Amino acid sequence: MSGAKILDVNQLTMRFGGIVAVQELSFSAERRKITALIGPNGAGKTTVFNCITGFYKPTGGTIRLAHDDGKVIALERLNDFRIAKQAKVARTFQNIRLFPGMTVLENLMVAQHNMLMRASGLTFLGLIGAPSYRSAEQSAIDLATDWLKRVGLLDRADDAAGNLAYGDQRRLEIARAMCTEPALLCLDEPAAGLNARESAALSELLLSIRGDQGTSILLIEHDMSVVMEISDQIVVMDHGVKIAEGTPREVRDDPKVIAAYLGADEEEAMAVMESGS
Amino acid sequence: MDYFAQQLINGLVLGSIYGLIAIGYTMVYGIVGMINFAHGDIFMIGGFIALITFLILISFGLTAVPLILLIVLLVSMAITALYGWTVERIAYRPLRHSFRLAPMLSAIGMSFVLTNYSQVAQGARVKPIPPLITGGHTLHESADGFVIQLSNIQIVVVITTVVLLAIFTWLVSRTRLGRDMRACEQDQTMAALLGVDVDRTISMTFVIGAALAAVAGLMYLLYYGLVDFFMGFVAGIKAFTAAVLGGIGSLPGAMLGGLAIGLIETFWSAYFSVEYKDVAAFSILIVVLIFLPTGLLGRPEVEKV
Repeated sequence: MSGAKILDVNQLTMRFGGIVAVQELSFSAERRKITALIGPNGAGKTTVFNCITGFYKPTGGTIRLAHDDGKVIALERLNDFRIAKQAKVARTFQNIRLFPGMTVLENLMVAQHNMLMRASGLTFLGLIGAPSYRSAEQSAIDLATDWLKRVGLLDRADDAAGNLAYGDQRRLEIARAMCTEPALLCLDEPAAGLNARESAALSELLLSIRGDQGTSILLIEHDMSVVMEISDQIVVMDHGVKIAEGTPREVRDDPKVIAAYLGADEEEAMAVMESGS
Repeated sequence: MDYFAQQLINGLVLGSIYGLIAIGYTMVYGIVGMINFAHGDIFMIGGFIALITFLILISFGLTAVPLILLIVLLVSMAITALYGWTVERIAYRPLRHSFRLAPMLSAIGMSFVLTNYSQVAQGARVKPIPPLITGGHTLHESADGFVIQLSNIQIVVVITTVVLLAIFTWLVSRTRLGRDMRACEQDQTMAALLGVDVDRTISMTFVIGAALAAVAGLMYLLYYGLVDFFMGFVAGIKAFTAAVLGGIGSLPGAMLGGLAIGLIETFWSAYFSVEYKDVAAFSILIVVLIFLPTGLLGRPEVEKV
């Protein structure tokens, strides 16, 4: 596995009983790049995400994550909180999963659990308010504040997250994922339900995350204007297998991709083709 | 009027003890969505550990009452917390992803185990202790000779409860642990994805609940001067009722429910009949639940753990 790749999925297979959701899928994502995973509904994109983030244990194949320091992690063997703690992979879901009853700031503070956990010396230093813990708590608040500024939610910091507008909740989710300081950020349809102006702002945010933080992004998205504008690399899936891979331009002109979208949904095929013209 | 005031004091003290136990029920319900039926027995264990620690300290010839109380408090909190942790670890965690009723049945079983374990280990007889905190203050003496008494032990119970409640509220609303607990309560999967160790957070919830129950056990021991292996059952049911009355899942609700149950019981005993005090408490629960199905403070947006 070369140093340029952060994620290497090799021969990934996921079966549910008799149904093969993903079949021998291989692709890789490059470091500090945005890789998009697209395909018609039911192509198996979210299943791939669930394998990467430990929700499913793959039936076969390997998923390797390489950190900057050269450490390689077998993601298919991790699950639960270790995905965030050891592998430094963060993800969002198609539906919004903020903690609605907690404030916007608290949502971002929970995401910095691991850093604070270390600083609090397994809770006790935190409870007695040791100075080292206080400074850690302050730096957590600073990081959260930075992200709130970047997503334009600073004035909503003390409101309950559930009371934000839909588009704001989407951006807050991304900010929260970034507060875990991930090496790989997996976004499952971040533009779903956003209007044109909001998706443009989202594209800008994702480009700045790639540029400023140097975070690698893996993206599932149906909004082709977003995908074509920001992706460095696109992987196209249909019925659990990879049918094409390449730059936005290559993928757009690939007859197999157009056929897959035509076969599935005329509207989406039009969207793919129109974005090429 | 004087009689009323005296009963009000008695009711608030009893309610404080119920409230401390009720917090344990409501916290666990909030985070794992199950009723921990063994919690009443954890309270009983707390009382026994306090008694045993007390006897050990006396046998060492320790006589300074404040020091004894402090040591007894810390030891019973620590050991009872260990019990709470162990119960969760062996009886609930293996069943966490099983069907919904499994942990509840396991909890009922655990309750029997703890009750019988105490009966075997400590005997079935009521264990008394001599009063540790004596004396009191006469607040008011009326013309017909009725005296409103506020005993020192009542002051200790109420002050301890208020202090613990303040610490606990701070813990839940201001600390990392409290944030993690609230996050786990709202979405365990997402909390885990952000790096929160959900199992550990749930364990801590049981530990804190058990420590509060231990304090309630000690207060009970000091106030009534006795413990027995069966006291966890009735106290547990009452505290559970208090948690439901206040709105299960809501922390202020648990305390409010505890005070309500304590007051109802005391006033009913004072003005009607002692024998029917439980009937009164549970009847009021039923009436409240008919009109407020989520309890007094159990609105969905109420912050809960």
